[in-house]
Amino acid sequence: MKQFSALFQQLDQTTRTTVKITALADYFTRASEADRLWTIALFSGRRPRRVITTARLREWAAERAGQPLWLFEECYPIVGDLAETIALFLPPAAQHSDSDLAGWITALIGISQAPEPDRKAFVLDAWDRLDTSERFLFNKLITGGFRVGVSQKLMTRALARATGRDEADLAHRLMGDWTPETTTWHSLIEANDPSAAASRPYPFYLAHGLDGEADDLGEPSAWHAEWKWDGIRGQLITRAGDHFVWSRGEELMTDRFPEFARARDFLPDGTVIDGEILAWDGTAPMPFSALQKRIGRKSVPKSVLREAPVTMLAYDLLEQDGQDIRARPFHERRAALAGLMGSLPPDAPLRLSPSLAFADWSALAQLRDRARDHRAEGVMIKRKDAPYLVGRKRGDWWKWKLDPLTIDAVMIYAQAGHGRRATLYTDFTFAVWSGNDLVPFTKAYSGLTDAEFRKITAWVKKNTLQRFGPVRQVRPELVFEIAFEGIQPSSRHKSGIALRFPRMARWRHDKPVQEANTLDDLNEILRLYGQ
Amino acid sequence: MAREPLLTFTPEGIFCAQGGFHIDPWRPVARALITHGHADHARPGHGAYLCTDLAAPVIRHRLGTITLETLRYGEPRQIGGVEVSFHPAGHVPGSAQIRVARGGEVWVVSGDYKVADDGLSTPFEPVSCTHFVTESTFGLPVFRWPSQDSVAAEINDWWRACIVAGQTPMLGAYALGKAQRLLRMLDTDIGPILTHGAVENTNAVMRAQGIDLPETVPVTPGLKPADHPGALVLATPAAFGSPWARRFGRVSTGFASGWMMLRGVRRRRAADRGFVISDHADWSGLLTAIRGSGAEHIYVTHGYTEIFTRYLNECGWNARVVPTEFEGETLDPGETA
Ligand SMILES: [Zn+2]
Ligand SMILES: [Zn+2]
Repeated sequence: MKQFSALFQQLDQTTRTTVKITALADYFTRASEADRLWTIALFSGRRPRRVITTARLREWAAERAGQPLWLFEECYPIVGDLAETIALFLPPAAQHSDSDLAGWITALIGISQAPEPDRKAFVLDAWDRLDTSERFLFNKLITGGFRVGVSQKLMTRALARATGRDEADLAHRLMGDWTPETTTWHSLIEANDPSAAASRPYPFYLAHGLDGEADDLGEPSAWHAEWKWDGIRGQLITRAGDHFVWSRGEELMTDRFPEFARARDFLPDGTVIDGEILAWDGTAPMPFSALQKRIGRKSVPKSVLREAPVTMLAYDLLEQDGQDIRARPFHERRAALAGLMGSLPPDAPLRLSPSLAFADWSALAQLRDRARDHRAEGVMIKRKDAPYLVGRKRGDWWKWKLDPLTIDAVMIYAQAGHGRRATLYTDFTFAVWSGNDLVPFTKAYSGLTDAEFRKITAWVKKNTLQRFGPVRQVRPELVFEIAFEGIQPSSRHKSGIALRFPRMARWRHDKPVQEANTLDDLNEILRLYGQ
Repeated sequence: MAREPLLTFTPEGIFCAQGGFHIDPWRPVARALITHGHADHARPGHGAYLCTDLAAPVIRHRLGTITLETLRYGEPRQIGGVEVSFHPAGHVPGSAQIRVARGGEVWVVSGDYKVADDGLSTPFEPVSCTHFVTESTFGLPVFRWPSQDSVAAEINDWWRACIVAGQTPMLGAYALGKAQRLLRMLDTDIGPILTHGAVENTNAVMRAQGIDLPETVPVTPGLKPADHPGALVLATPAAFGSPWARRFGRVSTGFASGWMMLRGVRRRRAADRGFVISDHADWSGLLTAIRGSGAEHIYVTHGYTEIFTRYLNECGWNARVVPTEFEGETLDPGETA
């Protein structure tokens, strides 16, 4: 674990991309194949299955340290990360270990079926053999993902440097449904194996938000426009007689959306479509909450399938007849896509996302203003002669979102953030007036600067009314403008509504608390924009 | 009727009614006993000041013309029928725990302290008492300081690595105490040490009182970094990212603070390196000091007061939280003074 720990420290200690790539490339040259493979897996979100609950880990850590559990629980929100809290809370290790990363993970997988006392003995022994930084990583293996500011792209670049292989080819290889338990370094990185490649999606091309004026894009006829749908971006693949559905987060979701099995009936082999997966009522998208019912579960009961059937609105064609056509201009790919879609039966779970005709930018602006009527969140603008690129690139694809809905609300609870913001109060609960009462209706934790969070943190400490563990009830005095993308009725919330993507748009220093919005105002927004 | 306690906690700060003085008061008072020269302890505007002879130069330097008397460590002084003396707190040079005694009632106000020897300050000495006032800046078991030698090795390794990478290491630390402690930890065989004005001013005061510090080169407006190859720059964190810092070109930044123990804080500071070194006691240091005092009554101030107090009470002490005016500053690692 020493080598991996040293790599982690190097990555964690710098914000410079070049330093990170050098450190990773160096590691990929020197580490064992098994360690390399696990490192790629961990940094791309593939971690071993959780074999111990966090509740047990907390208890064991407190017990091992000879401290009361409440003291551990007090430390956790201050440190902000469970793996780190445990690593720091335990006494220094008395033994040592020469086992490498793959060795530890293999051992961890090995005890996954063991009875609890054995798992406990294993964990306590590990804690006593690893230094603080290794222990932190070991705990991360057990508890959750590694967020180290290493993007897939950066890792791929380092891998390309270390192996001398093409970066785009590697990016494609790293996608898909693999784990170090099901593959080897050779077959993942080096081998030429078409069957392993059958499920592989292409890296997604992501749009930038349009920050200036649409006029700046120049001649409108050089651009294509369509709705920006509010679902899950995905790829539908038919290859080798099979089909695969991938989310943008590189999650294989084939089983979650059985509707797409029919794609094999009408799409030729060797087809890859980029589109938006939406819950669909037959003519229009359903609210995102309907889709959420589908995302949360691996297998879908019939009733949910009936209530929230999905469809894909197709944006783009990436592969045709087994040929990667991403380098061809968008208008050609789109024409080919339209050709494919034209022959589909009307009840197919797939349809072409319609294009928006516009003569000039102000006409498109008017269309965009009506996006909510179409249950879209804005428009997408794509350059007609652009290739399909990898990752988030400026210039060819723009998303032009509708201005968010906003409401002025009162902060009533505060909780410390996690990770980088562990020592700041960043997670807040907001309320609106209902008569003389404040009714909580949403949480929000982003949208402000660190400097503002620091100010609010100092304020929270001086204005705490009550504490509930890590949560502080604060004096209802601060007013914030909350921006959000959508609103829905909700029986689970006291206020009766649920917001989509709520965040703090600004701190309304100018607004006295009595002038914050009311529940009636929220219900009016729900009436106008709720779906 | 029970007698008034010897010390009470008032809006001005800790007060001894019988002696007519305050300890580290935060509002102007007639007579102030000062534990050490950090800004949150030695404030301007008091009628008369009393501190250790070793702390006096810095306090004079910071507060200008004030009425100030000094005592040596351990030297007793009668004030209004109570006996007062100053004892080493190990926090920064001249820092003191203040002992106040009336008969069998003995209070020790420890100010800021650490129990480990930093090689610069007079090491902490336990003082027996019945009532002990303790800080709790790092009063959680997750704070456990590495040895000073191992941190020194980390910093010097970083310095060497920066030279190889063609970068200038810029180390940020509190100007009074921490900076001088770091100076003595640096390996001057690696290269010259350049200092920011705020650090150098304190260096000058300490050198004048006979504290031995390695040679430093003050960064003056005319200084050309190219004339000092392989140098490390020692500055206050406030100087980072300022026009002052720009002259050094490609820098690697490092912070030296106990808060660097926490990854979240390290990342928030966006420094390239964080070095865990503090002039406050860690968890076990706090407990060592509290046990060493032999006191039954513990007053917890400044830091994780509520958590630490609950812990002490569960362990059998009679502990309570003492409010400080500036609760909240400690969580933000701008630096703890
Ligand atoms: Zn202080
Ligand atoms: Zn201090």
